[in-house]
Amino acid sequence: MMLYLAVGCGAAIGALARFLSAPMLLALFGLGPLWATGFVNVAGSFIIGLFATLTGPDGRWLVKPATRQFVMSGFCGGFTTFSAMSLDTFTLAADGHWGVAGAYIGLSLALSLAAVWFGRVLALRFKPTVSA
Amino acid sequence: MVLDFAACMLVLAGGFLGGILRFTISGAVARRIGETFPWGTLVVNVTGDMVIGGLAGTVATAGGALATAAFREFAIVGVLGGYTTVSSFALQTLSLAVQGEPRRAALNVVGSTALGLAAVGIGFALAARLLA
Repeated sequence: MMLYLAVGCGAAIGALARFLSAPMLLALFGLGPLWATGFVNVAGSFIIGLFATLTGPDGRWLVKPATRQFVMSGFCGGFTTFSAMSLDTFTLAADGHWGVAGAYIGLSLALSLAAVWFGRVLALRFKPTVSA
Repeated sequence: MVLDFAACMLVLAGGFLGGILRFTISGAVARRIGETFPWGTLVVNVTGDMVIGGLAGTVATAGGALATAAFREFAIVGVLGGYTTVSSFALQTLSLAVQGEPRRAALNVVGSTALGLAAVGIGFALAARLLA
């Protein structure tokens, strides 16, 4: 029950952060909605890679299962979105923009995977300190 | 940037529901089929893609009540955005890769993407056909 609540609350906050990312990226950098979806997916993948490794079995941080699920399944899961990425790709292709559709999904996937890997590599550099 | 309080509440509520739905369904699938391959996340992402395709097809064909901002904020940004996830997908792909399962990792990427895009198309076509 606690885990479900933790995931729900994390996902709610993640979804709101995703919703607010679009107008922020537009106001700050003039980037449109495709960039916003790409941004949340890459950023969320980086955070989950970093956090999962830091709090993993031989990570540096020991956190409660509910905290781990709040951040990973909750916040990161709610922040990132597979459905918007797929729908955007489908719409681009249906409108005849095949090249943009292919570049969009290819880059989204490649950068998300690179980001989760980078998060993990970064977290592995903070190995637990061995106490005497 | 003007923040619409009601819109934020709709996204929060939708994200909460979507996150819990994802956690419940992906967990149930993983328990039933096993966790050697991330079937749970795949099932969530593909079903979410089918629903978002169906909603897009409904809006394109019938328009009306579903074309409102409130519906988009609650159902598409909130529930479906919170339900589907790129972060878990990326993390599980990385886990397969670092556990010496590069073929399964590649299969997860190609399979999730191909099935997801096909699901958007099927959902869209179904909605368009049923409502035409």
